[in-house]
Amino acid sequence: MAELKFNTDKVKDIESFIKLCPFGAIEYKNGELHPNAACKMCKLCIKKGPEGAAYIVEHEKEAVDKSLWQGICVYAEQVRGKVHPVAYELIGKARELVKVTNQKVYCLMIGHNCDASANDLLRYGVDEVFVYDDICLEHFNIEPYTAVFENYINNNKPSAILVGATPVGRQLAPRVAARFRTGLTADCTVLQMDENTDLQQIRPAFGGNIMAQIHTPNNRPQMATVRYKIFEKAQPVEKITGKITHCSLDGINLKSRINVISVDDKPPVKSIENAEIIVAVGRGFKKVEDIEMAKTLAKKLGAEIACTRPLVENGTFDAKCQIGLSGRTVRPKLIITLGISGAVQFAAGMNNSDYIIAVNSDPKASIFKIAHCGIVGDIYKIVPQLIERLG
Amino acid sequence: MNIIVCIKQVPGSNKAEVDPVTGVLKRDGNDTKMNPYDLYAVETAVRLKEQSGGKVSVITMGPPSAESVIREAFAMGADEGFILTDRKFAGADVLATSYTISQGIKMAGEYDLILCGKQTTDGDTAQVGPEISEYLNIPCIANVTSIEEIGDKGLTVLMDMQTAIEKCFIEYPCLVSVDKDIFLPRLPSYVKMKASKDQKINFITYEDLPDKDETKVGLNGSPTKVQRIFPPSVNDKRELFSGTAEEMTETVLTKLKENKFI
Repeated sequence: MAELKFNTDKVKDIESFIKLCPFGAIEYKNGELHPNAACKMCKLCIKKGPEGAAYIVEHEKEAVDKSLWQGICVYAEQVRGKVHPVAYELIGKARELVKVTNQKVYCLMIGHNCDASANDLLRYGVDEVFVYDDICLEHFNIEPYTAVFENYINNNKPSAILVGATPVGRQLAPRVAARFRTGLTADCTVLQMDENTDLQQIRPAFGGNIMAQIHTPNNRPQMATVRYKIFEKAQPVEKITGKITHCSLDGINLKSRINVISVDDKPPVKSIENAEIIVAVGRGFKKVEDIEMAKTLAKKLGAEIACTRPLVENGTFDAKCQIGLSGRTVRPKLIITLGISGAVQFAAGMNNSDYIIAVNSDPKASIFKIAHCGIVGDIYKIVPQLIERLG
Repeated sequence: MNIIVCIKQVPGSNKAEVDPVTGVLKRDGNDTKMNPYDLYAVETAVRLKEQSGGKVSVITMGPPSAESVIREAFAMGADEGFILTDRKFAGADVLATSYTISQGIKMAGEYDLILCGKQTTDGDTAQVGPEISEYLNIPCIANVTSIEEIGDKGLTVLMDMQTAIEKCFIEYPCLVSVDKDIFLPRLPSYVKMKASKDQKINFITYEDLPDKDETKVGLNGSPTKVQRIFPPSVNDKRELFSGTAEEMTETVLTKLKENKFI
């Protein structure tokens, strides 16, 4: 437990102290300074304010016994018997992380008739797959799924739980985290393990060009979600040593106030997540019509077209074309960004691409910090020439 | 039907940056707006009210200045507003925020439905909705793209699962997070804005909460801790070219050939 406090007497210039806070979270009332509800605990006031003006008071809190919580569990989400590919990426990362702590990698699978899928997970070096199989778990339904997850955690006490940031994972993980009153970090892009089993979770934060390193020092389990295509898929092992454990549903409340009426396939749409080549457009295009040239270029390269957030917000593109933290994460072999400045919000969704070519007129654009080939120039001149030369 | 919509005040732009030398976060703290995804939730609530009657309340947690997003919701058709604001709420992570808002909801009266936007543009986590539902012990569904039927006992909705669509019936009281584009949000009405100018907003402080437990709110109630913030890493195998459009076109073509894309 900790609390941020201010010592008003140590602040000579109240106004500039208030301005230190990028969130406007410092209040001055009745001659006293206080942090308000906008505080994000970035601690810049401590770092940049006068010595002793801002400080943290630590209250003693009963420490969690971390040794009771062992190993990393990957939630292996399956929809109608098919495991979501993000699970294999999380297994790969989990195997890397447990090298530090010398612990095990587990998978939790909830569904119906999922033995084949569970067996397949063992090929990727999972030590134990816990399967909860029942007809009433066939389709995702948050209440029984949370109850099963709770049962798994209580019986097995994993130190950390990784969940794919899929439409299912993004609802199920927070519901489970709240049940255990524990921390959950969304959309992590880097995970590291400390020797004391604390999971270091790094993600883009505050909607801006900033990364935050977050941990859960005094709660277990530690929980994190990770998008598809952030980590690399696990390598198969030569010899399978793991096992499958079928878990009993006795005593688990599988009742739900949600009734799944039907589950229908969505008509397959070309998705930017599966594209090998992407042409991405940003606000450098001044008019909607101008984007046609980017589409022509994409066609010549056999690429899918994608865009940044502003072009979805202004209605030019459908949300499924959006790359970024609030859109899709892509990992193509090649991405050409046109007129995109490269805010971290966007970069987080594409900076794992194998090769990045960026064309932008501003030599200081942050996209050039991640582009393998940065081209300072005018898209209105270069794109038409490229189209012509590609024939 | 009584509906409560959870909304949030977010920075007006996402141009926050860390100065790589001083480590200072540079952002204009005064430029704020309603989280764009919340507009869809407010719109959904107002449409449901227009169809089946009832009341729409909005609730937010934030500094006292978050009053502006409540006023914006009034101008869209919301009837009541609640702000959870207290310095004890400072430094709250997802868990503490969800707990505090769930406490506020308990004070906002009887409800059938709680609506949330898909996510916020400053946190981007999409986690607060499901966590609130857990604290209130009600069912929840996220990624809702359509409300098919408004029944006496619950809603029939479509949930987008990316490769599939799940059609579900969810009993009241419940929490639903709506996707962007469920409805086109209306513009705030000038007439409603004028009419609600002096409307009272309910301020809720820590002392007002039904469960006063300092270990559950603000920094104390936050299991996650931000250890440091830093500028994103840069790619070290990068090249930057500048020159005439012809030269640049040539460079792109060379790179495409070198990497066997053409």
